Amino acid sequence: MTELLVGTKKGLFVLEGEAGGPFAVTSRAFAGEPVEFAMRDDRNARTFAAVTSAFYGPKLFYSDDLSDEWQQAEGIALPEEAEKAMTRLWSVVPGEKDGLMYAGGDPGVLFESHDGGETWALNQWFWEQPTRPDWSPGAGGMCLHSIATWPGDPARIALAISAVGVWLSDDGGRTWRHGNNGLYPRYMPEEARTDTIDLCVHNMHRAPKRPERLFMQFHGGVYRSDDAGESWVSIADGLPSDFGFPMVIDPDDPDNAYVIPLVADIDRTTPEGKVRVYETRDAGTSWIERGDGLPSSNAYLTILRQAFCREGSGPSMGLYFGATSGDVFGSRDAGKTWFTAATNLPPVHSVRAA
Amino acid sequence: MPVVKLRAPLSELAGGNKELELDGSTVAEVLQALEREHPDVKGWILDERGLIREHINVFVNKDYGREDTAVNASDRLHVLPAISGG
Repeated sequence: MTELLVGTKKGLFVLEGEAGGPFAVTSRAFAGEPVEFAMRDDRNARTFAAVTSAFYGPKLFYSDDLSDEWQQAEGIALPEEAEKAMTRLWSVVPGEKDGLMYAGGDPGVLFESHDGGETWALNQWFWEQPTRPDWSPGAGGMCLHSIATWPGDPARIALAISAVGVWLSDDGGRTWRHGNNGLYPRYMPEEARTDTIDLCVHNMHRAPKRPERLFMQFHGGVYRSDDAGESWVSIADGLPSDFGFPMVIDPDDPDNAYVIPLVADIDRTTPEGKVRVYETRDAGTSWIERGDGLPSSNAYLTILRQAFCREGSGPSMGLYFGATSGDVFGSRDAGKTWFTAATNLPPVHSVRAA
Repeated sequence: MPVVKLRAPLSELAGGNKELELDGSTVAEVLQALEREHPDVKGWILDERGLIREHINVFVNKDYGREDTAVNASDRLHVLPAISGG
């Protein structure tokens, strides 16, 4: 039995089902509210939901038992003297120490918790980056969406922001430096492509078994780093498009990654009306089209940044993604075959296996 | 004292109160008094800068109010979600 946490434009849906589908909706929370992201911390089974009320602002809630009431986490706010207010929370990630967690949000901010996510504090060192006044948001805001910890080493963290590129820390988040060498923003004027920090990273993941390796989906580009994010090489050859948002990696195979290409930034739909996942098993040297069981005609779907996840690893790894069409698709054989897990949900913002 | 009228979910965060008498001579002061009396409301109407959230409307009687709108003891403040969204 697989349990999925599906954040949607109209609430959090918990789905349960077996390979082959369909999955059943077993509970719903925050009805009517946009749930940008939801995840469960495997260490203590605590579930988190980032809720962005259009009226009441972004809030982070947690529950130790989905049948219980949700508690609002404390401390997800900017300093009172800030020129901006928090707009949205994009990501919640377990850290590499007991109780340590990270959350990323808009405007390009990192929060830390040391009590398992009940109370949070802004990472002041990142907040006070001297270049911050020059940072530019992407179309979805200035979202800090990717937080890549280093297995077993809480000092080493990599962040990615749309549109402020990659940031690296080797001291637990006290000092930060860029990790942008090799990224090529063709959406910028030619004269500005080599020394800009307006770098629109869409997704970034670290390979746990080879942590100096990271994969990235860029705003026009797919990249790999083998030096812990200091520099990047293009691995987009073989894809129908190098534009897209979501990305998944196999935690046990540092050569294995998945992307879901969309046509381009001006047409954020699946190419040629076909829904296809692309898999590399050689770290991006080549890509394999995976579409057996996915819609293959008249399907113009949009899959958002956090709407693709995995469960387990290896040949029986589960893969799940949702679209703004309200469809959720799944695979129980690492992408070789797919089934429809759910239809007719509200637009899907995020999918995570619980 | 001015009366603040709340609807769910704000009334639930304010201890189940749909009406509260709160002290203050401006909209901001009254809403800050609400936050002091019911801390769970903090961050829901006013953002971290102390500004009324973009999609929240605060009426003083029948007129739109802003943070610095004067409030008299006989006034009623209605805190309502804006008619927006999708």
